[in-house]
Amino acid sequence: MKRKLSSKIKERAIEGILLLSALSSIFITLSIVFILFYEASGFFRDVSIWEFLTGTQWTPLFAQPKFGILPLVSGTLLVTGIAVLVALPVGLIVAVYLSEYAPFKIKEVAKPILELLAAVPTVVYGYFALLFLTPILRNFIPELSGFNALSPGIIMGIMIIPYVSSVSEDSMKAVPMQIREGSYAMGATKFQTAFKVVIPSAFSGIAAAFIIGISRAIGETMVVAIAAGMMPNLTLNPIEPIQTLTAYIVGVSLGDVPHGTLEYKTIFAAGITLFLMTLFLNILGFWFRRRIREVY
Amino acid sequence: MPHDEKITQEIRRRIAHNKFRDHLFWIIGLFSTLIGFVVLFTLIIDLFVDGFPRLSWSFLTSYPSRFPEKAGILSAWVGTTLVMIVTAAAAVPLGIAAGVYLEEYSKKNWLTHLIEINMNNLAGIPSIIYGLLALGLFVYFLKLGESILTGGLTLGLLILPMVVIATRESIRAIPNSIREASYALGATKWQTIKDHILPYSISGILTGMIIGLSRAIGETAPIITVGALTFIAFLPSSPVTSTFPFFSFKWLFDPFTVMPIQMFNWISRPQKEFHVNAAAAGIILLLMTLVMNGFAIYLRYKFRKRIKW
Repeated sequence: MKRKLSSKIKERAIEGILLLSALSSIFITLSIVFILFYEASGFFRDVSIWEFLTGTQWTPLFAQPKFGILPLVSGTLLVTGIAVLVALPVGLIVAVYLSEYAPFKIKEVAKPILELLAAVPTVVYGYFALLFLTPILRNFIPELSGFNALSPGIIMGIMIIPYVSSVSEDSMKAVPMQIREGSYAMGATKFQTAFKVVIPSAFSGIAAAFIIGISRAIGETMVVAIAAGMMPNLTLNPIEPIQTLTAYIVGVSLGDVPHGTLEYKTIFAAGITLFLMTLFLNILGFWFRRRIREVY
Repeated sequence: MPHDEKITQEIRRRIAHNKFRDHLFWIIGLFSTLIGFVVLFTLIIDLFVDGFPRLSWSFLTSYPSRFPEKAGILSAWVGTTLVMIVTAAAAVPLGIAAGVYLEEYSKKNWLTHLIEINMNNLAGIPSIIYGLLALGLFVYFLKLGESILTGGLTLGLLILPMVVIATRESIRAIPNSIREASYALGATKWQTIKDHILPYSISGILTGMIIGLSRAIGETAPIITVGALTFIAFLPSSPVTSTFPFFSFKWLFDPFTVMPIQMFNWISRPQKEFHVNAAAAGIILLLMTLVMNGFAIYLRYKFRKRIKW
């Protein structure tokens, strides 16, 4: 009897420990939100939110500092836009090819290689963008500056192809075979079936894949920190140097920033902007993923 | 009749057109899939062409230096190794425990739902935000300083969702009959998990852990944010000491640098000679991640073949 009781206590204790581990993820999210808001609130005591959101100059280190976030946001959106132009079409074509066309053997080889593409450290991609792609692009666009938004944008696009393709492919695979067979029975080709039947049926999953890709591109740091320059620049011209939200945080962290200064708080202000942008996309993606489950 | 023939011809033309588009897409699809392969290949060749001549024993055993030809990556790879030990020690037990709870214990209620949504959301947060969290929480609030411990814990938080997801997926693959057999013999829930569920799912968990660590090795941004230094010309204190109790944890609180930061530092210098060093460091970094990923893919492939329930 005594043994039974002690083992019961042990079982309960273990369950409690495991529950605490699972709850740790909620604790992490709460700490992220708390710390970002806490440190950024210090920033917004000195700088008005209006100036932050509408100012067109970001020069926090100048003697006459200006705190307009727009140049960093435009830089982020510009690079993301270029990456998305590369990653979404290519990722979707790869997904259609792997899910509808490719023979088993090609799939077996292609998928691990695509996974490796996502595994290469981003600092290596940065090296590649700055010292390999930019010089090549300069042969075609002579006025391209050494640091620019174009080259890291393209590399980032290639980097996120696997994220887009694997999630889209999964959702296409979830489309029931009868739907395809129905289409084939009507005399449709694979191409027609893929684009007029499978893709519309898998729409929610593909949308979620696109959103994951965009969210990755917005949060990507090292490629842009290395190859895009460190110049807050309110422009949508891809051949000019720019700075993204993420690159700004890295740039400031590289220097020695004393704790509690306004300069220290600016990286949290940039961080919270970035966090809210990706949070919005994550929620949107979550909503799309939920719709997949409702369909099948 | 000429009219019928016209229609037949039109149909033939359309079929030919559709078939042509079908074949064309075959080629476009294959070509798009190859883009990834070509880029990966070009990147590796480019790194080797630039950096291979610089690889040598002294490159691995020298500290960074103002003189590019004397500089090496000793402090960087030692730092990376030690940070990875802390990362694994933090993320693996916590991640497995959370995964086991969610699969084996949790009931379908709002709390479980919340934890699941939250886990997905964590996986989508940019890594640099984890860096800011660590800067506020570990460096300044818990006063752990800009130390190996801080760096390791930061990356641990970053890969926690990956470990949890891998654990859950491999536990889910175990059929219920195994659990029922264990309960039928009088085993408690924890005994079932410890003696059956965990041993059977360990390969999947291991795969997830290796992929997570291989991502952590290449992470640069959050480590820069917590203030890892770019120029470290000394090693952390040794974990093994000559006096009792023969080990020490002082190294946890030492400043450090890691491979990707060392590489980043060399890339951002204007001199070409440092770029060569960056490429050489890149080769080693890339080898580390590719070997880890290759091993994980191999493990997955091997166990997928072996286990048949």
